[in-house]
Amino acid sequence: MSLLSEMNDKATALGIPLSVHIDVTYRCNERCVHCYLDHDDKGEMSTAEIKNVLDQLAEAGVFFLVFSGGEVFMRQDFLELVEYARNLLFNVKIKTNAVMIHEAEARRLRELGVEQIQISVYSHRSAVHDAITKLPGSLKRTINSIKFLKSQGLKVTMSNVLMTVNRQDQRGTHALAKELGVAYTLDPTVTPKLDGDTSILSLRAADDDLDLLFSDSELVGDVSEFCKPPVPVDEDVLEGHSCSAGHTACYINPYGEVFPCVQFPLPTGNVRRQKFTDIWYQSPQMNEVRSIKVKDLTVCSSCSHAGSCTRCPGLAYMEGSMRGPSTSDCEKSFHRTGIPSANMLRKAAMASSGPLIQIQPMLG
Amino acid sequence: MAETYIARSTAIAARVLGGEMMIMSAADSTFFTLNEVATVIWQAADGRTPLSEIVERRVCREFEIEPEVARRDAEQFVSELSQHGILLVSNEPIPDTKPGMAGAQ
Repeated sequence: MSLLSEMNDKATALGIPLSVHIDVTYRCNERCVHCYLDHDDKGEMSTAEIKNVLDQLAEAGVFFLVFSGGEVFMRQDFLELVEYARNLLFNVKIKTNAVMIHEAEARRLRELGVEQIQISVYSHRSAVHDAITKLPGSLKRTINSIKFLKSQGLKVTMSNVLMTVNRQDQRGTHALAKELGVAYTLDPTVTPKLDGDTSILSLRAADDDLDLLFSDSELVGDVSEFCKPPVPVDEDVLEGHSCSAGHTACYINPYGEVFPCVQFPLPTGNVRRQKFTDIWYQSPQMNEVRSIKVKDLTVCSSCSHAGSCTRCPGLAYMEGSMRGPSTSDCEKSFHRTGIPSANMLRKAAMASSGPLIQIQPMLG
Repeated sequence: MAETYIARSTAIAARVLGGEMMIMSAADSTFFTLNEVATVIWQAADGRTPLSEIVERRVCREFEIEPEVARRDAEQFVSELSQHGILLVSNEPIPDTKPGMAGAQ
């Protein structure tokens, strides 16, 4: 077991929030077609408020801190916040579109000892990338910024989302990452908007694309290992939980609201009115999330994928129940292994059983 | 014999978890955990207090370790961490640094 895994286990046992993702703004200079956010500023936290939250997070034992948005550099004080966080000795990762990073910003991020910069790039072709971000010239500016960051020796990851509108460019985008000497990740997850609007789900990649993705060793590593049949479901699996949300991780939005995860829009409290540790340890919602074990899941507890599925409780919550299945993860499990999930079998059975009420016209 | 002064590098992330210090080097992402004794030395590494004083006042007294054993263990610990650049070592007192200040890297 690696030191990092040991640390995770220890944090889980002690109930320590090891990782926090904080969105410092929802404002953005891009308008990505798949974005789940409302970009209007509804009264985001001030510099002093965020610094106070960071003090509380350090005291609570948070080690990994992700700054994201919106676009983080839309805040004039962003580098001041990073400096404050680094003085508190957080391991800092930043998610950005990098459009506003020039040589001076790149140098400052290196001086501050930022661990990693994750940058969204959706295609190697301007026509496709800029059509997704709706910001003309954005790909060119983002690539220039990646070069600035690389020249400072910073660790950069190019992060892509697989969608219907860029599916044909996946290999080219990966090649661009290699050319620039940065890591590359590809995520097929498109989530509903935070206000519940599901229209953007039509951008989700098709089944064929998932099959291609999961058979690409450059993306998933050892394909036979990645696509191996699910592990047997035993007592350990049933007593386990889905992911770190609410256990060792949580999310704070620009308005101070605390959630189990950025993909789990269940409000648990607000750091503008409550102490962070009071929310973390005492919020009924947070405690409910962390009380749920695999054996408590309504459909997934009887699924053969229970021990190896990437089930997202936040996506399940958005589908209707935090104890229910997350259909997009059912599909991923199916496309990895060829074995349908319990949820898929249940839906197929319901579809084939015919209508519950049959109405026939009376004859003559 | 010249004194040894030690100071924590600012190019790291660090936090105490259940009494143990966890440290990650920003330079190479190497991850360390320190036991209780090493954590005390780490926390006392202010750049101004000589290592001999840290060993005598903190390690020997708090953990009831023989001075010779404590000194040898502390020197080995300091040597290992300094090789990874997460502890600065000098024969002179080391001025305060913060992330982003000149010399922090």
